[in-house]
Amino acid sequence: MTYAFYIASLIAVVATLRVVTGTHAIHALLYFVTSLLAVAVIFLTLGAPFAAALEVIIYAGAVMVLFIFVVMMLSPGPRSARRERQWLDPGTWVGPAVLAAVLLAELVWILAAGGAGGEAAGRVAPKEVGVALFGPYLLAVEMASVLLLAGLVGACHLGRNLPVEGRQGEGEAP
Amino acid sequence: MNPLPPNGIPLEHGLIVAAVLFVLGMTGVLIRRDLIFVLLSLEVMLNAAGLAFVTAGARWLQPDGQIMFVLILAAAAAEVSVGLALILRMYARYRTLDTDCAGKLRG
Repeated sequence: MTYAFYIASLIAVVATLRVVTGTHAIHALLYFVTSLLAVAVIFLTLGAPFAAALEVIIYAGAVMVLFIFVVMMLSPGPRSARRERQWLDPGTWVGPAVLAAVLLAELVWILAAGGAGGEAAGRVAPKEVGVALFGPYLLAVEMASVLLLAGLVGACHLGRNLPVEGRQGEGEAP
Repeated sequence: MNPLPPNGIPLEHGLIVAAVLFVLGMTGVLIRRDLIFVLLSLEVMLNAAGLAFVTAGARWLQPDGQIMFVLILAAAAAEVSVGLALILRMYARYRTLDTDCAGKLRG
């Protein structure tokens, strides 16, 4: 369990370094997803399985899908077929795939060792988190919902019909 | 020297990882000019802050760290939706994502 923490930390730092220094947006996004998965494994080794699940579902799932949509809408230049072929080049995905394979091996090892199931020592179960979240932290939950509503209204306002002079050549359906 | 927390990982090591990730994200915000990368680096920073919270929560076996992580997730989701809408808006107007091109108000 301790070694898993250090290996996952190393992967997180390496992947984040590639995010910050990358030049291609899709490469950086792939490395960022790997970094998020590494942080999820760190959460698992720290005894926070609920946070690990949320990290994968919300960060690596929902937020990254938004990023990828925007990058695909924006990426100018090559037509889509050539772009797809370029993205399927092994140089694009080998690095993140190797790092993610190491993380998968770690996860299998943790599960095989029985570290993630049952009532292991040093674990904060999701039940405790839920009880505290809707007990003393209820006001914070309401404030988070107001914040999400503000984000929704802001995104709707910014994403409404763009002015005509900005739309030419954008290539999106009317 | 403090005794080891129940998960066997010293608190300092988790905080060091969080600090390294945070500094990497901050470096990205400072040195990059492409708005997509700036937003990604902001996400890295938020994620590092969440890691610090969860590490501290696991040290004392309290659920508060994970609750702060959930709130950080909500903040990150709201920030990403508004930020990506702003990026689309800026691209529609300037045809580029270079932050230096949007250096003036009322541009």
